[in-house]
Amino acid sequence: MTDRIEQRINSLNKRLNSEKRFRIYCIGAMSFALAWVLILFLNIFSSGYSAFYRTVIQVDVPFLNLIEDTTQFSEMSSEDINNLSMYSFSKKAIYRLFPDIEEKKDKKMLIRLFSIEFEQEIREFLKSNKSNINETETIYLTASDDVDQVNKGNYPRDLDEDKRRIKDIQLLFFDDLVDRGLVSYEFNLPFLMRGDSREPELAGVGGSMVGSLFTILVVLILSFPIGIFAAIYLEEFAPKNRVTDFIEININNLAAVPSIVFGLLGLGIILNTFGLPRSTPLVGGIVLSLMTLPTIIIATRASLRAVPPSIREGALAVGATKMQAVMHHVVPVAMPGALTGTIIGLAQALGETAPLLLIGMVAFVVDVPQTPLDASASLPVQVYLWSESAERGYVEKTSATIMMLLGFLILMNLAAVLIRRKFETKW
Amino acid sequence: MGFILISLIILIGITSYFLGNLRAKNLRTSNKKNLKSLSHYYGYYVALWAVVPALLVLLMITSFKSFFIEQYVLSDFIALGSYTETELSLLFTQIENTAMGIKLFDENTILIDGAVNKLNYINKTIENLTYVTVLGFSGLLVLYSVFNINHKLNSRKIVEKFLLVLYFTCSLVAIMTTVGIIFSLLYETLRFFSQVPITDFLFGLNWSPQRVFVREAGDLDTRDLANAFGAVPLFAGTFLIALIAMCVSVPVGLLTAIYMSEYASPKVRDWAKPIIEILAGIPTVVYGFFAALTVAPLVRDIGQGAGLTVSSESALAAGFVMGIMIIPFISSLSDDVIKSVPQSLREGSYAMGATKRETIVKVLLPAALPGIVGSFLLAVSRAIGETMIVVMAAGLNAKLTANPLDAATTITTQIVVILIGDQEFDSPKTQSAFALGLTLFVVTLALNFIALQVVKKYTERYD
Repeated sequence: MTDRIEQRINSLNKRLNSEKRFRIYCIGAMSFALAWVLILFLNIFSSGYSAFYRTVIQVDVPFLNLIEDTTQFSEMSSEDINNLSMYSFSKKAIYRLFPDIEEKKDKKMLIRLFSIEFEQEIREFLKSNKSNINETETIYLTASDDVDQVNKGNYPRDLDEDKRRIKDIQLLFFDDLVDRGLVSYEFNLPFLMRGDSREPELAGVGGSMVGSLFTILVVLILSFPIGIFAAIYLEEFAPKNRVTDFIEININNLAAVPSIVFGLLGLGIILNTFGLPRSTPLVGGIVLSLMTLPTIIIATRASLRAVPPSIREGALAVGATKMQAVMHHVVPVAMPGALTGTIIGLAQALGETAPLLLIGMVAFVVDVPQTPLDASASLPVQVYLWSESAERGYVEKTSATIMMLLGFLILMNLAAVLIRRKFETKW
Repeated sequence: MGFILISLIILIGITSYFLGNLRAKNLRTSNKKNLKSLSHYYGYYVALWAVVPALLVLLMITSFKSFFIEQYVLSDFIALGSYTETELSLLFTQIENTAMGIKLFDENTILIDGAVNKLNYINKTIENLTYVTVLGFSGLLVLYSVFNINHKLNSRKIVEKFLLVLYFTCSLVAIMTTVGIIFSLLYETLRFFSQVPITDFLFGLNWSPQRVFVREAGDLDTRDLANAFGAVPLFAGTFLIALIAMCVSVPVGLLTAIYMSEYASPKVRDWAKPIIEILAGIPTVVYGFFAALTVAPLVRDIGQGAGLTVSSESALAAGFVMGIMIIPFISSLSDDVIKSVPQSLREGSYAMGATKRETIVKVLLPAALPGIVGSFLLAVSRAIGETMIVVMAAGLNAKLTANPLDAATTITTQIVVILIGDQEFDSPKTQSAFALGLTLFVVTLALNFIALQVVKKYTERYD
């Protein structure tokens, strides 16, 4: 008798234990998934935030050496200043930081602490302040990528010298400059404004941001009206027949087609058959619109379906035509849902990379594009391009680009949620 | 030019709306007879006549313009008869560049100078002609339609008919996209298979299209072609990486779904579900970067610590990160399916004394199985079609391997590798990318179709 009871209790304990274990597995799985969201974001943010500021080195530039009287600058046009030969003058200004170095090699190393555009930076300073240039002006020059990375602590200083891109003597110079308080940080505005560059310290996301903006605009202009019209037709007007069924099957299938296939479509039809210009936001936008259309159509149809039939019937009862009932009464009510779907579709398009690689939006573009017909990159493509580069400076730039991309995506999704909260009517 | 012209057309459209509206109102007051539609429908009617045909004409002109210009500019060269097609198109590019002030070649003969002048002239003429034709056409149609308004004309019907046709055309875009995809893939693929036998492609064990590329397309040896396009290593790599991804995402996704639907309090659910769904919203290029820069070195270090040789671009790293990306697809779909199992089944099971785990494993999961399997299949099709993670984190060289620590390449990676940058069309290498694309398209469609069928056929109906 007691044996059987013990057996029962044992088996019950076993079952309860396995219940506990199962619960722990489930919690573990969910924490695993949640943890990766956290890891991903922390990883990107911790390596990317430092790209938003940059190292500058303070240099005193004796403009008196360039010209006899500095007031003369105010009379010069920008072109005159462009024609001034300033290279050796700029170099000498930098040498003044360490007046006692004699050897040519060391001087060269000193120059390499700065970005290769130091002459250009001095010239720009002169142009923008030409009316009141003093005999000696203090200018903050951009440090080279290596110095920037050492200063931010991203670069190991204790490697062997020949494994390091920055040499011992440069580190000596650098430490001395730090002791003299000449090295400082400033907000990295050029990173947000400039196009791509082969030098990490000069590379910016401005070009790809504008490229993304143009692409998204094209997607919006094309897919918003087409998607909404198609949804209205399918939901409100389409007769139940084979054509309608076929269209519906197509839309559902297109939603499942891998994005890279749309890239092949863009390459084969839009570029090679229609001959639209390669690498441009226009073509990228067309390809991405085809890709986002199913999302928009499906979302809009769902919100049209959610409009109660009483609204339609009310309109019809007072003598509106079918078209009037739909356009004046049903569509306005369904608009928040359609907008939400569109924004989510646009967010998808903004993050898409693979089709853009195939239609040539991977070009190395230095200039910020002016129209949707200029060659350009987009933000995710920029991430891909920089992640392929070996220089250390690009790592933080890539992460920073991802941060901006994620920022835009979060904003768009937030907008979608807000629109839904604010305008959605509950019936 | 296009922008100004389109703005002008739209401006004409807006003006003509008011014109039509006004004309209808005048008719109403002067004739004392009622019109068949409301006044503003006459406005829309006139505006449609003003805008739509003009835009169509503009579209036609822009699409045929370049061909016409090229013929006209090159007429002198064509008359000489000594140039081939490709030389002519090269010549045209050269002329265009010279016209824009870029001189790439020194041989600036009189003929080319003449052609440049011709190009400038024809461009100017065509631009002016376009303006005159399009705007004139639009204006004429406005006049026609305004005078066409009378009390017999039912403009509402016409406008509504137009809208309906417009809506229908928009819904056809989905079909046209599918047709476009199939056409572009099939066209290049058939050309590819005319050079490389389909059996070699499907069953060959060696993938090295680069080798074909270095030779001139003219003197390709058929033996070379046969040995360069065996896609089995790509299929194997795709399968391997998808398998690793599923090994990560299936247990995690399913258990998460079970927790969400059965254990979690509404509060936890409201927080955790959107956070996990963030994983689905992150662009894949971000995962690629994360896999290449963080996970792959980690996998390598751990592997080396355990005394294994791990390549720096391992299938494991790419597959693992892909698995994380797929978790929300499985968890939210399965969650919905499990939740939709009727409450009576749960309660019946509890009433028999079953624990929660027993209820889930023995009652709920079997009941929800078709939906869960469907979600797995959709996830697999996602994994197969995923591009950026594998491009950035898996290998580029095709090697037949089942070792997850080795580099593996996938179908999508090879498409990108072949087609990125400048392509040489008409080479079997480029066409092979389209053949891969077609394979991918067919496989993902089949998976989706099967998933749908599984869900449809095996889902039990409880009501």
